[in-house]
Formats: sequence, C-alpha cells, structure tokens
Amino acid sequence: MNLLDPQGPVAAANSTILIDSVFIMLAIVVPTIFAILAFAFWFRASNPKARFQPDFVYSGRVEMVVWAIPALTVVLLGGVAWIGSHQLDPAARVPGTGSPVRIQAVSLDWKWLFIYPDQRVAAVNALTVPAGAELNIQLTSSSVMNVFFIPQLGSMIYTMNGMVTKLNLRADNEGKLQGLSAHFSGDGFPDMMFDVNVISPLSFPDWVANTAKTGSVLNEDSYKKLMQQGVEKGKPTYRLADPRLFDLIATQHIPPGPGPELVSDAGRPHSGGVDAR
Amino acid sequence: MLGKLDWSAIPFDQPIPLIAGAVVLVGILAVLTWVVVKGHLPYLWHEWITSVDHKRIGVMYILLASVMLLRGGSDAIMMRIQQAIAYQSQGYLPPEHYNQIFSAHGTIMIFFVAMPFVIGLMNLVVPLQLGVRDVAFPTLNSVGFWLTATGALLVNLSLVIGEFARTGWLAFPPLSELSYSPGVGVDYYAWSLQISGVGTLVAGINLVTTVLKLRTKGMNYLRMPMFCWTTLASNLLIVAAFPILTATLAMLLLDRYLGFHFFTNEAGGNVMMFMNLIWAWGHPEVYILVLPAFGIFSEVVSTFSGKALFGYRSMVLATMAICVISFMVWLHHFFTMGAGPDVNAIFGIASMIIAVPTGVKIYNWLFTMYGGRIRFATPMLWAVGFMVTFILGGLTGVLVAVPPADFMLHNSMFLVAHFHNVIIGGVLFGAFAGFEYWFPKAFGFRLDERWGKLAFWFTFTGFYITFVPLYVAGMLGMTRRMQHYDVAEWRPWMIVAAVGMAVLSIGVICQIMQLVVSIRNREALRDRTGDPWDARSLEWATSSPPPVFNFAFHPDVRGEDAYWDMKIHARQQSLEHEELEYHDIEMPRNSPTGFVCAFFATIMGFALIWHIWWMVILGGIGAFATFVVFAWRDHDEYVIPAAEVAAIDRFNLEERRSLVSMAGVI
Repeated sequence: MNLLDPQGPVAAANSTILIDSVFIMLAIVVPTIFAILAFAFWFRASNPKARFQPDFVYSGRVEMVVWAIPALTVVLLGGVAWIGSHQLDPAARVPGTGSPVRIQAVSLDWKWLFIYPDQRVAAVNALTVPAGAELNIQLTSSSVMNVFFIPQLGSMIYTMNGMVTKLNLRADNEGKLQGLSAHFSGDGFPDMMFDVNVISPLSFPDWVANTAKTGSVLNEDSYKKLMQQGVEKGKPTYRLADPRLFDLIATQHIPPGPGPELVSDAGRPHSGGVDAR
Repeated sequence: MLGKLDWSAIPFDQPIPLIAGAVVLVGILAVLTWVVVKGHLPYLWHEWITSVDHKRIGVMYILLASVMLLRGGSDAIMMRIQQAIAYQSQGYLPPEHYNQIFSAHGTIMIFFVAMPFVIGLMNLVVPLQLGVRDVAFPTLNSVGFWLTATGALLVNLSLVIGEFARTGWLAFPPLSELSYSPGVGVDYYAWSLQISGVGTLVAGINLVTTVLKLRTKGMNYLRMPMFCWTTLASNLLIVAAFPILTATLAMLLLDRYLGFHFFTNEAGGNVMMFMNLIWAWGHPEVYILVLPAFGIFSEVVSTFSGKALFGYRSMVLATMAICVISFMVWLHHFFTMGAGPDVNAIFGIASMIIAVPTGVKIYNWLFTMYGGRIRFATPMLWAVGFMVTFILGGLTGVLVAVPPADFMLHNSMFLVAHFHNVIIGGVLFGAFAGFEYWFPKAFGFRLDERWGKLAFWFTFTGFYITFVPLYVAGMLGMTRRMQHYDVAEWRPWMIVAAVGMAVLSIGVICQIMQLVVSIRNREALRDRTGDPWDARSLEWATSSPPPVFNFAFHPDVRGEDAYWDMKIHARQQSLEHEELEYHDIEMPRNSPTGFVCAFFATIMGFALIWHIWWMVILGGIGAFATFVVFAWRDHDEYVIPAAEVAAIDRFNLEERRSLVSMAGVI
C-alpha cells in the first residue's frame, strides 16, 4: 500500500506533487536547521572566538530576507497547489482505454458495497475493475461518514448519507491492491479493508458474467439486511435486481442504517461490532 | 430518580478501567486523608482553593495540566502497545475500549493538558511582565480555573461510571448522534467541554482585558514583552473561537437530548455543517495553543542568548498576522469532502500563507542567537529542540496543505505524526521550557539542571523514535484509529513507535524526578535575587516568589526589555540607597465563588449526562445562586498596610542589592 508505488495516473500525479513539494521545502528547511544548530553551537557562551554583538537586534536587510524566503516558497508551492487542485479534482474525468466503468460505492456499517449498475452486479468488500479503463465512481453512505481510499490508486473521498460524492480513478496494472476506509466509523471500522482486483479488460466481461450467474440477488430487502451493523469476513457477490438501488439509498428512499441494537437503557450499550466478532 | 444511572454503568467486566479507577480513587483518598489528618485543610482552603491571586491560580492550572498529562500519556502508552501487538489479532483492547481511549487521549491532551498549561503560564507570568498587581477580574479567574477542573473531573469520572465517547476527539456526527452512539459517552464528552469551555472563555476575556487595560506606567504596546503579545493574540482567538465550539456542541446536544436535526442524517440535518463549525473553532484552537509557546520561546531565546529579541516589531506583526489568518484556513481539514478545486486551492494557499509569519519567527529566533552568548540551561535546550522539531512539523504541515498531497495523506498516520510533531514539538516543548524557566519565579528555587537535561534528551529522542515511524506508516497507507490491522508492512513501524513511547515515558519520569530532587534540595537551589537567569522582563524585577502584591511600586518602563534597562541603570548609578515612601496596597479578597460554582456545575454536568433532572435543577440553581451571592458582596478588597509592604519590600531589596552589587562589578 506504499503511496510512492502508484498503480494509476491519479496516484502517480498525487505522489509526484507530494515529492516535489517536499523537495521545494527541504531546499530551505535543511539550511535553516543547519543554521540553527551552527549558530547555537558557535555562539555558545564558552566559545571565546565568537563575537558578542548584543546590539545586533534589528537589520532591515535581514528582515527583508526572512520575510522573503518563506513568502517566495509559498508563492511557488501555492502555484503547485492551485494547478494540482484543478488537474487532480476528484470529480474530473480520467480518460482511459475502452469504455468507462461506472461504479457506485456505498459504505455500510462496517463493509463496502460496490454496485455496477450497467453490468447489474454488485460485490461486498471486493472491487473488481478492468486495467486501463476509466472508473467513474459515485459514492454515498448508508449511515455514518467514511472515506473511500485505495492508496495506490490515489485521491480519497468522503461518503456521506443522503449525499453523493464523485471520484474518478484508473488502475493501470493488473494485480491485487487494497483499499480501506480512512475515516473512523465505529467499532467495526478496522475491518473495512477491501480488496481491489485489477484484471485484464478481456476477462472483465467474464467476471461480470460469472458474478451475474452465481450471485444471490441484491434488492431492497437483502440490502437492508446487509446494512445492519456487523463485520463481513467473506466477499459475497450479488446479481443486482434494480439498477436504481444506489439512487434509492442516496436519496434516502431507503432510510439510513440503524445504529447498535440497544440491550439496555444504561450507559454502555453492547453494539453490533462486539457480537459480530 | 437516578435517570439512566444504574449498576450496569460500572464496567465490572472490564478490568483495566476498573483497576485504573480504583488506583486513582485510592490515591485521591490517601492524599485527602493526609491533608485532613495533618491539618493542612485550612491552609489549602484559604491559600489555594479560594485564592484569587493570579500566581496561585496559574500554579493550580499547571498542576491540573500535569496530572492530566499523566492520564493522557497513559492512554497514549496503551494505544501504542495495542497497535504494536494487534497485527492479525484483536490485541488486548477490544474496540469499544480502544475507541474510548483514543477519543479520551485527544480530548484530554488538547483541553485538559495543553490548554490549562498555557493558560496557567499566562496567568502566572503576564501580570508580572506587565508590571501590575493582578489580572483584570481576579474572582472570574478563579471561576475559570475551577470550571476547567470540573470538565477534567467529568472526563475522568467516565472511566468508572458509564463510558467516554467512542467517536474520536471531535465527535463527528452522525456517528456521535443518538442513533449511532446511544450511550452516555458523547454526553460526557460534550458536557465536560461545555463546562470547561465556559472556563476557557472566561480566562480568555480576563487575559485580553488584562493586557489591554492593565499595564504599568510607560508600558505601551510596543514595549510589551513578546509573551504578552502572544498572550493577547491567543486570548483574542479564544474569545472569538470558543463561542463557536460552545454553539456547535449545543446543537449536537439539542440533537441528542431534544430530538433536533442539526447534524442527523434525517430531516435535513447536515453533517458537513458540523465539520465546518467544529474546524472553524478547531483551527484557531491550534494557534491558541502554539502562540503562547512562541511567546515563551521568544523570552527564553532572548534571555539565554543575552540579547534583546531580534526584529521585535517584525515578531509582533507576525504574531498578529497569524492571529488573523488562522481564522481563514479551517477548510483544509476536509479537502477530501468533495469541495470544488477552487475552494480547495484557495484554502490550501491560505494555509500556506500562515507558514510565512511562522517562518519569520523561526528566523528571528535564529538571529537572536546570532552574536549572542548562549547559555544552555534546560529552557534553552527545549527552545533549540523546538526550533529544529517545529520546522519539520511545519514542512509536513505545508505538505498536507497542498490539496493533491492531502488527498493521499488525509486522516493517515502521516497526519497523526504531523500534528503530534507540532503539538509536542511546539506546544509541549514550549510548556516545558516555560515550566523550567518560570519555576524559580513561582516557587523561589530553581529546578535541578541534571534531571532537567536528561528529561529533555529522553523526550527529544523519544519523540523522534515514536513519530518518525508514524510518518512512514502513513506513507504506507495506514490510516488512524485502527484497533487492529492485517497489513504486514505496517507492523515493524508500530513496534518501533512503541519503543519510542517507552523512551518518551522515561523523559516524563525524569521530569518527575527533577521535581522531587529539586524540592528536596530546595535550600541549595534557592533563588534569592529574584533574577536567576539574568533575564530582561519585569517578572524578574520582583522577588521569587513575588509578594502577593507583586510590586511595591508600579515599575516605570522606559523601553523594551524593561528590567534589563533597570539593571544597567542601577549599575551605572552604583545602586544608591534612596529612601522609598511606601503606601497601603489594596488587593482583592479571596473568594470561594469559583470553587462553589464549579461544585454545583459538576453536579449539574453529571446530572445532565445521566438525565437526572431534579439534580440538574439543583445544580443549576446552586451555581446561579453562587453568582448572585458574589454579586451582592459588600467588601471585595482588603488593605495591606504600608508598614507591611515596606517590611516585605525592604527585605527583598536588601537581598537583591547585595547580590547585584556583587554581580555589578563584572
């Protein structure tokens, strides 16, 4: 999950900006740290060779330089930030080969549901995508906030109930990556890691066909069961009954997920996460 | 009768909090018994608990912060051990416990360690530096302290009665809403912050007024020591920002108690509004903490370099620039929420702009050292350690202010490392520097240098061993608040971080040892001059510890570094013994208002958490009645007769003269 080992153009651009910014800053940070240590050492009271200048308390030139150095660095980095924010806007499309794949991600307590509305399939805790294709991801949450993040593909984004966020990614190399939730969401939060299977564009239709054949059905009822609090250790797949399921969730036609079941009115409810383990 | 409270609230099934709670309880009982048996209770009541003396209140703030630092530190140790062992296993802390620990750690460290520590130092020092006898509102000052203590008490109570929030230290909805957090944890969190928030606001108003209205003769704004400037900036931020926190938490509480829908999923609630509001307070809060630390370092670097602060006016400008800009950057805490590129870029750039005045400060400290005669006493070690560490924290801070970089680092362990880098490297190092520097002023004897230096080196190296691995883990995609994980490449870094935590703990032990050793050797370490560091500002112009009235005469200030001028002046005039004419001094009377008010506030807070409505009314009426009684007081001042002032002051002057004349030969 190394951020410096990107597997797609977004992550590559993110990490380039990250590294560039660090080097721009190191260019002034390293000399400054060196100067601090050098001055502290040389002007120690026990050094008779250091010249004591108690009246050196103002210098217009020095002031100009010390305001200018950080200001110039910020001008440079500000440019990087402005251009980078626009080029890497998560909502901006990332062109790829073949037809784009639409994915609708829903964060549940505490698992990820990935819906492929065009292919009419869905999967939990495993995202399967064709290499090189443009991925248009829409995201929402069934209950609390989460953040969808695949470190080696780049840019993360929040999921929120009753709202849809957009993210565009591309995975360039076949292989297995990992994703996670990057915003704390309750007891089962650490189990919200998911697999990202990047497969060849040629075998993607086969995967869709197999999933559609073998999976159980995902409709409103089975979704409501899925959104109960709990951890899902397996990676179940589904045939999608209604391609509008995501819209029903995002528009709250399906009400937000319930919280923990209350066992007593007292201060310490035992929540689903405990039972789920 | 008792609302939601019953026996199931005590976590009999969880040994860790129960044992910890029992140990603390036994400790408190032991101390109380000792106090009562030895007959110290009247002394404590008259001299400390009801004291409205800013120095005493400052000391109590710092004591509270130190005790809570141990509590928050224990949480940190538990978390680091958990993450070191919870690879492909549940570790030793179940999620419902681990989640409380990281929430409590953040809440405690910010609200009940960092805040009281810096407020305590400001209370102790600022009136002395301004050459005045007390803060603007002495009784209110006491109220502020005791309300902060109430908040801390409630947080600790949650350890054994009920639970603390499991939502993280900012309790983001909808997770913190009733449907997802039905327990009392979030209520403990919110009410303790509401009550201590009132205390903080009161302290802020008090210190702003003090700096603006109470300055001695000739102490105009551009002669104030840097610490007074940063105090002004920091407290202006408190006054402006804390009401936002209060309002935000009030809305959350309305949601939880009365079925409102400010931040719920249903009925048009908006969680993003909470994010905006909490960070509109939360970002200025960072500067509320770090600005006083900047002030402390300014005093320390200038004193131990034997020079006036380089570029004083530039520093003032930088401080006030930070004060203003810090209100315009809050959105950088959620770049990843899907705001458009224009919004992200503008807030990213605004966040970077804050780095300019901060960078200027670093350079000005650097040039203060240039041409100085630097004495490496413990406070100076903390200052140099801070400068190096804080620059690195600044670097990673500006890095996460670049939106595309933040898209990969948001909420990661890299971020955790970053804010610990600035809060430990900035605020905590500053607090320790200030503690070492002003301790002789507060108590009349110095701290042991050997243990102090050991504490510095262990804390300094321990910090790097703990947090550099967290930076690396963040670069490996690790996010924060993981109770367990299955990723092998994270493991080694978590183990190194746990080792670092052990080194940090040794640093804390050295700090405690330093205090013990210094108290034992206090006669040898006695400071009779009132000026142990050959320092420059007015707090050193009076004895250590200062008399209750601080100064027998209001000092006459003729320039920056007022006390330094006086010393030079005194040497030139070869210390002539002029006969001074002393006057009566009026000082504010001690008042139990703060303590009694906080007592009722504690009852009210506890009752609100547990829905015990009759007790809420009782506590509310009690707190209000306390104020009414105070408002109808007849005398609020007492007179120290001129003869007594003269006796105290002449004695102090003799001590000082004998030493200055010895030193004056140099």
